[in-house]
Amino acid sequence: MTTKAPYTAPRKPSTMLAVLTVVMAIIVVWYAGAIHLNSPQIIDRYEKKELDWSFTQLAVDSWNMKRAVLPSPHQVLVELKKTIIDKKVTSKRSLVYHASVTLSSTLLGFVLGAGLGIAFAVGIVYVQTLDKSLMPWIITSQTIPILALAPMIIVVFGALGITGVLPKSLISMYLCFFPVTVGMVKGLRSPQPMLVDLLNTYSASKWQVFWRLRLPSAVPFLFASLKVAIALSLVGAIVAELPTGGQAGLGSRLLSGSYYGQTNLIWAALIVAAVVSASLVSLVGVVERKVCLRLAGGQEVSHEH
Amino acid sequence: MNSATADNPIDHVVEVNEVCLDFHTKDGVVSALSDIDLNIKAGEFVSFIGPSGCGKTTLMRVLADLEKPTSGSVLVNGTSPEEARKNRAYGYVFQAPALLPWRTVQDNVLLPLEIMGYDKHRQQKLAHEYLQLVNLSGFENKYPWQLSGGMQQRVSIARALSVEPQLLFMDEPFGALDEITRDHLNDQLLRLWQQTQKTVVFVTHSIPEAVFLSSRIVVMSPRPGRIIDIIDSDLPVDRTLDIRESPEFLAIAHRVRAGLAAGHSYDD
Amino acid sequence: MNINSFRSASGIALLLAFLALLLPWSQTLGEATINAWQQLEWLALVVTVAICALVSMALQKQEQRAAWLVTALTLLALWQAMNIVHQVDLAGRAELGFWSLVVALGFCVWAAMSFLAAIKLFQGKAQAFINLFIPVLLGVWLIALWELFTVGLAIPHVLLPAPSIVGEAIMSSLPTLAADFKQTVIKAVVPGFLLGNLVGFIVAVLADKIPFLRRGLLPVGNLVSAIPIVGIAPIMVMWFGFDWQSKVAVVVIMTFFPMLVNTITGLGESHAIEKDLMRSYGATYWQSLFKLRLPNAMPFVFNALKINSTLALIGAIVAEFFGTPIVGMGFRISTEVGRMNIEMVWASIAVAALVGSLFYGLLALLERRVTFWHASLRKVHH
Repeated sequence: MTTKAPYTAPRKPSTMLAVLTVVMAIIVVWYAGAIHLNSPQIIDRYEKKELDWSFTQLAVDSWNMKRAVLPSPHQVLVELKKTIIDKKVTSKRSLVYHASVTLSSTLLGFVLGAGLGIAFAVGIVYVQTLDKSLMPWIITSQTIPILALAPMIIVVFGALGITGVLPKSLISMYLCFFPVTVGMVKGLRSPQPMLVDLLNTYSASKWQVFWRLRLPSAVPFLFASLKVAIALSLVGAIVAELPTGGQAGLGSRLLSGSYYGQTNLIWAALIVAAVVSASLVSLVGVVERKVCLRLAGGQEVSHEH
Repeated sequence: MNSATADNPIDHVVEVNEVCLDFHTKDGVVSALSDIDLNIKAGEFVSFIGPSGCGKTTLMRVLADLEKPTSGSVLVNGTSPEEARKNRAYGYVFQAPALLPWRTVQDNVLLPLEIMGYDKHRQQKLAHEYLQLVNLSGFENKYPWQLSGGMQQRVSIARALSVEPQLLFMDEPFGALDEITRDHLNDQLLRLWQQTQKTVVFVTHSIPEAVFLSSRIVVMSPRPGRIIDIIDSDLPVDRTLDIRESPEFLAIAHRVRAGLAAGHSYDD
Repeated sequence: MNINSFRSASGIALLLAFLALLLPWSQTLGEATINAWQQLEWLALVVTVAICALVSMALQKQEQRAAWLVTALTLLALWQAMNIVHQVDLAGRAELGFWSLVVALGFCVWAAMSFLAAIKLFQGKAQAFINLFIPVLLGVWLIALWELFTVGLAIPHVLLPAPSIVGEAIMSSLPTLAADFKQTVIKAVVPGFLLGNLVGFIVAVLADKIPFLRRGLLPVGNLVSAIPIVGIAPIMVMWFGFDWQSKVAVVVIMTFFPMLVNTITGLGESHAIEKDLMRSYGATYWQSLFKLRLPNAMPFVFNALKINSTLALIGAIVAEFFGTPIVGMGFRISTEVGRMNIEMVWASIAVAALVGSLFYGLLALLERRVTFWHASLRKVHH
């Protein structure tokens, strides 16, 4: 401690490197898993044909197996290329087409759900009777496995002659409104009592307090819940597509992949779903930054809650 | 400032030699401590006083091994601060009570005793003894959040004392309290120091508090954080709060204030 | 909100009750209409609602007795309405008069809830009872409304069966429902939930010890949390077969990531001053983990547990859509939908909702026990 060298904190490896390492590890595990899961069938085949085989041979064969139990990453990439780039966007085999079908009901459900969620939250914060009676049922509503009801809801609406985007987005809405309600109630109640008192000293009306204090304070909470909600909305749309079989949407691709043992297709659809989900969440993040910028009068703000 | 060099170094609980500490921020390097020399003898009550940013808390954190100096040497009980910390040589009272909300008052005082592996019987005895000392008997089973700020800080003092350290670091322990509570705790702390003959290092930005409590006052100044004066106080040992109106008290307070004014430029 | 809001609600209820007297209640097979005064039971219902409305208008004091009187009258009216709706003259033939009375009933329920909500007691237990009773009243009203609508309008069972019919279906097929419960909940949800949470928790603690791993896992975990993981259900069925093993696998994967992300976040929650405190005691890593950081992480762990309680049930049921032995809640729902036997579907849903609510409620209770000290739960006045 007697040296005069300037003290520097130990160098931290960058987050990017850490994430890449984890992703690499996942890919390695994936390839290893492909050997583990696919090799029994391959070995069976070798033995039937009475072929000599080496481990390298086994690995290569299990990574390129058709209808593999676990297709290897590059097979999924090939499937993605086939169903995204090679097919026309309007083709029934294009994942872009199916993703756009899912996306439309996701977005409609998200808008409906967010609207409903905000309405519930305002009601709970402003009406004492709702505050005391509604919340337990809102929580209970989410303990009903709505995704499990999705098939029935679709069938019932089908019986009424209502098909297409609306029934699917109702399921998305049902999943969406909950986090928005919870987050907004928290957010609308987040201003310090002192600030509410301050506005009261100006004898501000209820709605002035709402627009000038409660709503701006709730914005960070709202966006945090909207990010959760939009991801849930996609899940709802996908599961709602499961029972429609053979029709359009990422969910129906999952189902047909599972019926016909086309594992490549399942994985490709899953990865497209993941990409859509991540893009939607980051899109909400971009809007959040824009809105917060405007609220802060053009200055970057960081908020913690 | 080199008055201490004549003393026998064995007596020194704390020895600080040419300590510098730089913080690297995005606006460049900030010199939090610059060329600090200080010795503290056993049984002294030493206060660090100065405006915010003068490094008084940082210096104490260096002594407690909560911060590493960029250069210079520090000895606590003749060992490095890290060894002293690992030997559990000191108690530390923070600016905030820092009580764990899921533990009762009693269990909060037991925390260091559990960590340091005291036997169960001894733990109970010490917790009881020190809660009594800070006048909190009867509150053992309350949770910290059920107590007032002053009571919470008293719990944190009892917690620091419970391991019976010979060296006590106190970082603005009464800063957040109202003046009446603060006076009361100052009085109690002085009495405690007289009874137990502990070495106390105390950070404050209140001149009356520093003068009332201390046997030595270290006046510090910011940018860079440095010591600009060390004032010995010879107020009678059995002083009470009334002494704050005596001429001797006011003379020392005046010297502290002069030191602070000299080291502080109001331009920034 | 205030006295005026529930006085106006009762005013509207009174008006609607009066309207119910004038308007026809039912149309018989021919052309004749029947009015409320022609049937004693119908008239009795109108009178109850009118008294209820009058009483709640007259009693303005925020007094417990007034609240309970209005509540009792409302419940009596609800019970009367449930009885008469099944009469031949009303089931499927209800007319405007009846519906205006149903709306009046709704306003009575609102008035009763407002009366109850305005009560402020100082005894914790009594207040807790009222806080529980208000949502129960709302639930009773919603179920009653459902019954009145489905029976009064004779809605086909295929679209929406009345609660009474669902109740009968539950009672008549208890053994089937019990077998489904055992297959789905006991064999798949519970083990999957326990295993997924446990593994997620342990990985989080390990990842927390290795900062490099934490920095890599947190963004990946957040991404995976946003992925529709139920999509892996068909793959798991392919790997682990039709029986409960594949459902456990789905539940484990679904519950793993929320627990991982929440625990890692929770372990980072301790304040710098608390960590300094532990450091000043020379506490070891494990001492600081068990005495400081894990307790601080508990609110986050419970957040994950509550999220996972719903996810686990959904995961197991959806996985059963992709293949299952001929038992299980998901199997029941999908096959009975195919057979248009909707009562049984609703019976399964009711069981699932009940299980889900109990599961959630249990976790919420446990959370209160464990994290009573957290700012969102603590009671200062004790």
